[in-house]
Amino acid sequence: MSFVLYILAALTVAGGLAAVLLKNTVHCALALTVAFAGLALLFLELDAQFAGFAQILIYIGAVAILVVFAILLTRGSETPKGSAYSHSPLVGLVIAACVFAVLGWAVLHSTAQLPPGTTSATPTVTVADIGNALMTRYVLPLEIVALLLTAALIGAVIVAMHEKEGSR
Amino acid sequence: MIEKADQIFVLLGHWLVSFLPAALQKPALVLLAVVAIIVTFPALFAITVLLERKGLGRMQNRYGPNRVGPYGLFQPVADGIKSLTKEDIVPLSADAVVHFLAPVLLVVVVFMGYAVLPIGRNMTLVNLDAGILFFFAIGASSELSVFMAGWSSRNKYSLLGAMRAVAQMISYEVPLLMSSLAVVMITGSLNANRIVDAQNQYTYGLPHWYIFTPWGFAGFLLFAVAATAETNRSPFDLPEGESELVAGYFTEYSGFKFALFFLGEYVGMMGISGLGTTLFLGGYSAPLQVLGFVPSWAWFIGKIMLSMCVFIWVRGTLPRLRQDQLMNFAWKFVLPLSLLNLFVAAAWRFMGQGFLRWVVCSAVLLIAYVVMARVGMKREHFGPRSYRYAE
Repeated sequence: MSFVLYILAALTVAGGLAAVLLKNTVHCALALTVAFAGLALLFLELDAQFAGFAQILIYIGAVAILVVFAILLTRGSETPKGSAYSHSPLVGLVIAACVFAVLGWAVLHSTAQLPPGTTSATPTVTVADIGNALMTRYVLPLEIVALLLTAALIGAVIVAMHEKEGSR
Repeated sequence: MIEKADQIFVLLGHWLVSFLPAALQKPALVLLAVVAIIVTFPALFAITVLLERKGLGRMQNRYGPNRVGPYGLFQPVADGIKSLTKEDIVPLSADAVVHFLAPVLLVVVVFMGYAVLPIGRNMTLVNLDAGILFFFAIGASSELSVFMAGWSSRNKYSLLGAMRAVAQMISYEVPLLMSSLAVVMITGSLNANRIVDAQNQYTYGLPHWYIFTPWGFAGFLLFAVAATAETNRSPFDLPEGESELVAGYFTEYSGFKFALFFLGEYVGMMGISGLGTTLFLGGYSAPLQVLGFVPSWAWFIGKIMLSMCVFIWVRGTLPRLRQDQLMNFAWKFVLPLSLLNLFVAAAWRFMGQGFLRWVVCSAVLLIAYVVMARVGMKREHFGPRSYRYAE
């Protein structure tokens, strides 16, 4: 089991590193999808089918496509002539370290949050359980997220419409 | 005897692996099933291509291929040898790695979809809890391969074709998911096998297929439209519109890579037909109870081939849509109808048995269809067309 985990971790980290280090922006976006796929496989390795498939459907099927579309529509796919890297790597490093520290702390302390007496580290959760939880206990957050997305959608349509009316 | 014929491939697989040591039997069985899928569906692809060329020929009042072998039956073999031996040309300025990876990714992704389809009784490769979700997740990844092909070719036609294809696939993926969701709601499961089991029952010898309910019928039509668009088939074949874009995103592909794209397209069509069969047409179940003696896998393959024939028929019949018509159709007609269909399916579920729910559900769908079509057509003005950029 740990052997598979190491392969997947290596794949994910390699994808992430390539996304940062490659020069061509479209290559970076494609490398990012490799990292997304690695994450999805990690979810599947942990028996989290729904999270894994949702990760593939949303991140590879939608977010990655959105990213490459945005790149192509704004700046073209040419490799920049000069250095493609940031001029202030130190600031980036500090921010990354802070985020990593917070996430690491949260992960390491997550076992303390479990109700006492929980023995199995990976409870068996079926898709039906997730659906039930979303429709009963977490229905309000779900609705709020839906409202937020609808607002974003309408906002995007308004931004797109404005230009058309001005040109008439 | 009937049972034997039905389970012949399962029994054959178990018999073949019984020669191996016990530890290797399970992986060998899985490997055997994978090989069977990878062999069967390209064979069906060859038959479909021949059928398409012959059928389109008939529809267009000409002979199809008729030179290779009797009645041109060996044409697929000749095509295969031709594409294998042709020179593989990669444009000088193309992005060689991405250019190579695009067809490979497409074929891999397309074949992975078959993993969750119940091809026959006890013939599902992986019986996943969230099988339908898996199919859609994998299907969504094929957009990326289309984009990779179009972008890496460094060709304006390719890039335009890829942009069109991706925009179209994203637009039609929403109604595709929404129309399938009605089936998932009624069955209460994302598992393909349970969806088939729910339909594999008979009253008075007639099946309980979802297509024989008002919401199922509407859902199937919406699914068929969305699936046709999702696979870039005519009349939604703008991404490869040969009068405008040469061949769209695979313009710069030749030799076996082109053949891989061709294969990926058709195997993808068969996969999505298989999903439609599973969701609406009762999967591997027989259309009448008295026909239950025919093996289940034969029904599944037969239904797939029937839908391929419909694809060919539609291609020979309908003219290609324009880009704005395509998008308007997706967002202003198919999507609202599929959303309404979800509500109708919910009403069907909670109205209990009886005649009333048939009347109410059919009426709601029919009225919505007529009203939306009327309103949509009223907005269309058929006078002289004005173009924003082309004048």
